[in-house]
Amino acid sequence: MKYKSNFFFEKIFKTILKITSLIVIGIFILLFYSLVERSIPSLFQNGLEILFGTSWDPNFEIFGGAPAILGTLFSSAIALIFALPISLCIAIFYTEYGPVRLRPFISGIMDLLAAIPSVIYGIWGLWTLSPILKINFQEPIIASIGFIPIFSGPAYGLSIFLASLILTIMITPIISSISIDIFSKTPMHLREGMFALGATKWEVIKNVVFPFAKRGVFAATILGLGRALGETMAVTMVIGNSYLWPFKSVSLFASASTITSKIASEFPESVVNLIHNSSLISLALILLIISISINFVAEIISKKSVGG
Amino acid sequence: MSSNKLKVEDLSAWFYEKQVLNRVSLEFPDKKVIAIIGPSGCGKTTFIRCLNRMHELTPGARVRGRVVLDGKDIYTEMDAMEVRRKIGMVFQKPNPFPNMSIYDNVVAGLKLMGIRDKALLDKVVESKLREVGLWDEVSDDLRRSGAQLSGGQQQRLCIARALATEPEVLLMDEPTSSLDPSSTAKIESLVRVLKNHATVIIITHNVQQAARVSDYTAFLYLGDLIEFGETKKIFESPKNPLTEKYVTGRFG
Repeated sequence: MKYKSNFFFEKIFKTILKITSLIVIGIFILLFYSLVERSIPSLFQNGLEILFGTSWDPNFEIFGGAPAILGTLFSSAIALIFALPISLCIAIFYTEYGPVRLRPFISGIMDLLAAIPSVIYGIWGLWTLSPILKINFQEPIIASIGFIPIFSGPAYGLSIFLASLILTIMITPIISSISIDIFSKTPMHLREGMFALGATKWEVIKNVVFPFAKRGVFAATILGLGRALGETMAVTMVIGNSYLWPFKSVSLFASASTITSKIASEFPESVVNLIHNSSLISLALILLIISISINFVAEIISKKSVGG
Repeated sequence: MSSNKLKVEDLSAWFYEKQVLNRVSLEFPDKKVIAIIGPSGCGKTTFIRCLNRMHELTPGARVRGRVVLDGKDIYTEMDAMEVRRKIGMVFQKPNPFPNMSIYDNVVAGLKLMGIRDKALLDKVVESKLREVGLWDEVSDDLRRSGAQLSGGQQQRLCIARALATEPEVLLMDEPTSSLDPSSTAKIESLVRVLKNHATVIIITHNVQQAARVSDYTAFLYLGDLIEFGETKKIFESPKNPLTEKYVTGRFG
């Protein structure tokens, strides 16, 4: 009897697991489907313009997505380029050099930073960071090396540069706390094996910790990149939401748009214009495809590195 | 005794407040095999980890006393990296670097010293792998990962890695405890040859192994050095009744 009832629960349990997995897949398919469906009017009218067009004017029904797409890719890439080395430094300090007493403090701060709602980063970026950077960083740079196009003026404060910076601050806690976890899992017997050969601490990190943590840090980076690509609120508040960058001005200090900031700032007004609305949804579809592709490529890369 | 390679004077060690070694003094003769025996938890591992300054890597670790290598105090007159290059170590659990090939494992220590000369590295790889009896088993593919070898092969690879930098002293922490009898026999016969170039200090929980491989034996008990002398004397006519009890298998 007992055996039978166990078997019965086993079956129910398996069915529940199956159903929950199917629901997740179902939601994804539904989401993808509705994005595609609602993009169709825009794709018919705009064609490839939505990918490559450089201007956006709902009054004349011109919907070019290139500046927003590039804004998303560029700000995320810059955020990653800054956040990865910073995170690695934090993780190395935490696990290898920093005093053990400091650890709860550092990890507490990291958890706190990761938990701050993005609108608060947005407010802080808009009211505090933007004027400080404008006066102390952007203006002096424009005054000294402003003849280089990417550093040219005027200093708007709200800019692709500020958005990238805010994204850096937002994804650093994610990448660093995962890196800390992975670094501290490096097997002690491997570390000691390297130390016993006369290695310095840095040589142990380079020869043992990094190779061990490589794949995990890569995964953390992809996670951070996903967060940066999709981040909406904070970016919308600090990027300036204009189509200045990168076609009318290549300056890092020009205001710009990302896919998410475009959608967030225009969606409410777009409901009166089917093509406008549909164009914003096509941008969302493009973002989804970008995210999926990155995850897909990451998967392939991390599978490939298993053998080597 | 001018032929003494390594001198330990009044060595005590702690983890936080817990004392694990109590004023141990002894002198290791050059180019001999010295076995360290004693029941689990007697401080054997801590003792040899104090000899190449690995002890200080453990949180809460503290040392007092002197360890002198060829007249130089390894704690005050040498830096830890230099000490560890001169005093090599083989661990209880084979620990080849999994991200490195067999070849790179053997030359890891040399690369740390900045040696990049391909011909020299090739020569060292072959001679050290031959010395540990691994050459014929692996020479067909030195690019394989060291982690793919069997446990016994991995341990011999680790010995080759430790020997590559030509250490003057080799510390071995129960190198055969995780190995099968035939791998154990290979490593034991290797230990007997190694003393031609280095002083070998080997921990073993197996008194028969101590008797088989060593010239001298030190018996540690609860952090104290109970007896040290020629292995033959320790086993045939121990001075201390504790030693006699231990080597005859009546405790520990």
